[in-house]
Amino acid sequence: MSGGHLHALHVHGHSPVHRMAPEAKVAALLVFVLGVVATPREAIWAFGIHAFLLLAVVTFAELPIGFVLRRMTIEIPFVAFTILLPFLGAGPETQVLGIGMSAEGLWGAWNILAKATLGVGASVTLVATTEIPDLLHGFDRLRVPKLFTAIAGFMVRYIDVIAGELQRTRTAMTARGHDPRWLWQVGPLATAAGALFVRSYERGERVHQAMVARGYDGRMPVMDERRATALEWASAMAMPFTAWMTVLLVLVTP
Amino acid sequence: MHIPEGFINLPTSLGAAALAGGSVWASLRVASRDLKDRLVPFAGLTAAFIFALQMLNFPVAAGTTGHLLGGALAAILLGPWLGIVAVTVVVVIQALLFADGGLVAMGLNVINMAVVTALVGWYVFRAVVKVLPRRPGVLIGALAGAWASVVASSIGFAAQYAVGGVGGVDPGLVFSSMVGVHALVGIGEGLITAAAVGAVLTARPDLVTGTRGLDDLEQAATSLSRKAAGSFVSAGLAVAVALVVFVAPIAGSDPDGLERVAEDTGFAATAEDNAYSGPLADYGVAGLDNDALGTIIAGMVGTGLTFAAGMILVGFARRRSHPAEVA
Repeated sequence: MSGGHLHALHVHGHSPVHRMAPEAKVAALLVFVLGVVATPREAIWAFGIHAFLLLAVVTFAELPIGFVLRRMTIEIPFVAFTILLPFLGAGPETQVLGIGMSAEGLWGAWNILAKATLGVGASVTLVATTEIPDLLHGFDRLRVPKLFTAIAGFMVRYIDVIAGELQRTRTAMTARGHDPRWLWQVGPLATAAGALFVRSYERGERVHQAMVARGYDGRMPVMDERRATALEWASAMAMPFTAWMTVLLVLVTP
Repeated sequence: MHIPEGFINLPTSLGAAALAGGSVWASLRVASRDLKDRLVPFAGLTAAFIFALQMLNFPVAAGTTGHLLGGALAAILLGPWLGIVAVTVVVVIQALLFADGGLVAMGLNVINMAVVTALVGWYVFRAVVKVLPRRPGVLIGALAGAWASVVASSIGFAAQYAVGGVGGVDPGLVFSSMVGVHALVGIGEGLITAAAVGAVLTARPDLVTGTRGLDDLEQAATSLSRKAAGSFVSAGLAVAVALVVFVAPIAGSDPDGLERVAEDTGFAATAEDNAYSGPLADYGVAGLDNDALGTIIAGMVGTGLTFAAGMILVGFARRRSHPAEVA
């Protein structure tokens, strides 16, 4: 698929994880993340097992660990926010390094940090091992409405086109001396956003006409009929299955 | 702000996912009935537009920037249903490809950022343009709709936190701090949305779904009925002032949580009192002991500034009575 920054999400490879049918991978991701979120926060060791499982998949997929960690920095704004929780939470206080903190707030911060990190890591791994069109096919086969995946596919295809157009507009404005620093100077920038909408809409009209000219009747043609085999399902589900076993173990042990 | 995994508990997240799924499915139905086979390319391109728009950083004040949420803009330009679909696609792609926002938390994010913003933005906009159906009305409507959409979105987050948030922070504190911050953020969203809608209205008035059925936009700026506009503006201003005088001190005094809780937990002693120490810091006026009075004065000044921003916008709209070419 087109474009610069979307390519940066994917690591080309031929590992078993790369070759697995996308619908099995997508389902595995969702089940795994559900398991992570369902894990009681007091069971710290269970998060260790989740992290180990995730690390195993990353290794199995031959992904550079630095790449995964770099992509995971997306969660930093939220990490910054969770630091506040121990100070804002209610309930009994505990002493940490001589500073009074809410115990509930500390648990909350840990809960978000652990679950968000595992969730982000799992998503990054999926996208790094699956091409975006395959990913959307995977959702298709998991019965996500075709209309929705088709729209998402068009969006992904045109992100770089539209973003490039916006970038060129900004370059042109900067070249003519527009360098806003305050909110009341953003008029031209907002007007450019309006112009970008008109261009995007008109591009949509042209794309639609081109599609109709090629026989489009409201349904996207299906290009790839290959479906996941039972073996693929089993191997994809092994990891979330183990995670859920851990969750159940936590829930049944008093 | 995208809610990550673990921030809101599982039952609340799943409930929100079901609600979001239902809303988006219904919106898809309506949008595909309206657009037929044009839906896929149009919604796809508009979603790409909103995605690109969110990458565009607008300066706010020396050095700080913000970006548009775009829910209200999408609704005003495309109608609420296609707007919901387009913004939802953006939120889903952000969670899926960029891991921005959790997967289990996706329903919460879709409700806050797509469903609530598009519906609130659309209905506030329509209500205003019905009262004031000309170009300045459209711009004020866009300003009000976008502001309300941002505030409603923050209320949605606060409500979700109250139902199933982790960390034990007082829901009143979350509510007052989120809504307080977003009442300011919303002004930026409103100004930029209004200017963007104005630009589209000038270049391709037929593309602004929100103004369909209002046929008097052609002579818009020149023939504005000053009397109607004047009475609408003064009524609005009166309501805003009344809110500030009667409601703000009540809302502001008790759960004005951040400071209250900070004092309770001993956090206030260590924190330096606020990085921002402008004349309106803490929503009170420096040098005034009476809290309620200070809040009222600060609120008045804030209302006045917002009103002035609106008037500047109207002036801007009037000057552009000739449709200019937006290339």
